[in-house]
Amino acid sequence: MEPVRIPPFETFYGEHKDPVFAHLRRLLGHGAEDAFQETFLRALRAYPELRHGRHLRAWVFMIATRVAIDETRKQKPRGALPEIAVEDGLPPHAELGPLTDELPPKERAAVVLRYGFDLPYDEIAAALGSSEDAARQAASSGVRRLRERSKQS
Amino acid sequence: MTTVPSELDTRFREAAAEAGLLDVAYDVVESPLGELFVGVSDRGLCVISYEVDPDLQAERLARGFGSRVLRSPQPVAGVARQLDEYFEGERKRFELEVDLRLARDFGRTVLEELGRVPFGEVTTYGALAARAGKPKAARAVGTIMNRNPVPIVLPCHRVVGANGSLVGYAGGLERKQALLRLEGALLV
Repeated sequence: MEPVRIPPFETFYGEHKDPVFAHLRRLLGHGAEDAFQETFLRALRAYPELRHGRHLRAWVFMIATRVAIDETRKQKPRGALPEIAVEDGLPPHAELGPLTDELPPKERAAVVLRYGFDLPYDEIAAALGSSEDAARQAASSGVRRLRERSKQS
Repeated sequence: MTTVPSELDTRFREAAAEAGLLDVAYDVVESPLGELFVGVSDRGLCVISYEVDPDLQAERLARGFGSRVLRSPQPVAGVARQLDEYFEGERKRFELEVDLRLARDFGRTVLEELGRVPFGEVTTYGALAARAGKPKAARAVGTIMNRNPVPIVLPCHRVVGANGSLVGYAGGLERKQALLRLEGALLV
């Protein structure tokens, strides 16, 4: 296939900044601001390594999702006293972050987005740059892997 | 539809430049000659253009300097300030590093010689060719002037025909005239 040229970063940024910000808002709420900057700084660092301009949207959504997972982990309070009358405790995505540490990145993202953030599969697919089926598969094989690991330990 | 708040956008553009991650930072600045597209690389000023279409310019810069081209006003602010001072008649010499990495051989020699033509004076294409070591290359010098990456700062407006006619200017003859008038090199 004809290689797709890599656009100037300005063009790439202009095209994806709003959807990426919306994605981070869904994942993190008001924590999205810092994650937005971190996402595009990471993209900027990796930009010269890109070999073609295909799948740039999926690529930057993947980076954003990883940044969101990192942010979530940072937000998890360590050693804090348990509060009384907190129904849910930590938000589920905060629990899933460290738990899924060792999964392959795509499975990890799928598991966290599905079970931590409760995203529907079509949105997960968009975030991962894959089909809905592939997103479903990544989540279920991630869960299988976690189950096997918990049996072993 | 969710859009990025403008202060967040500004913050990212600043952070990108501060982290040293840009091949070229650019901005569009106002001048008495109209808007100017100004770009700065890690080696210095690399473009001034009267053609301000950012998409077109970003594409060109990406080809020449690398794909990490982003509008980011802060790195360009120093150049913009010196241009303001020049247009206000308060500056006769630019103190700027110029990135001429895309100019080669004779082209580069000519641009370097051009930088030595002082404020308020004019020279000719032939004289500049001679100073760059090829007295017969007046025509080639004309082409090099036409492609000058940083007009105003490298003063191709100070180069005229042997008979004193203005000949040409990438930004249009009116701008050449205006610059020479500003410098007192044209009395009319």
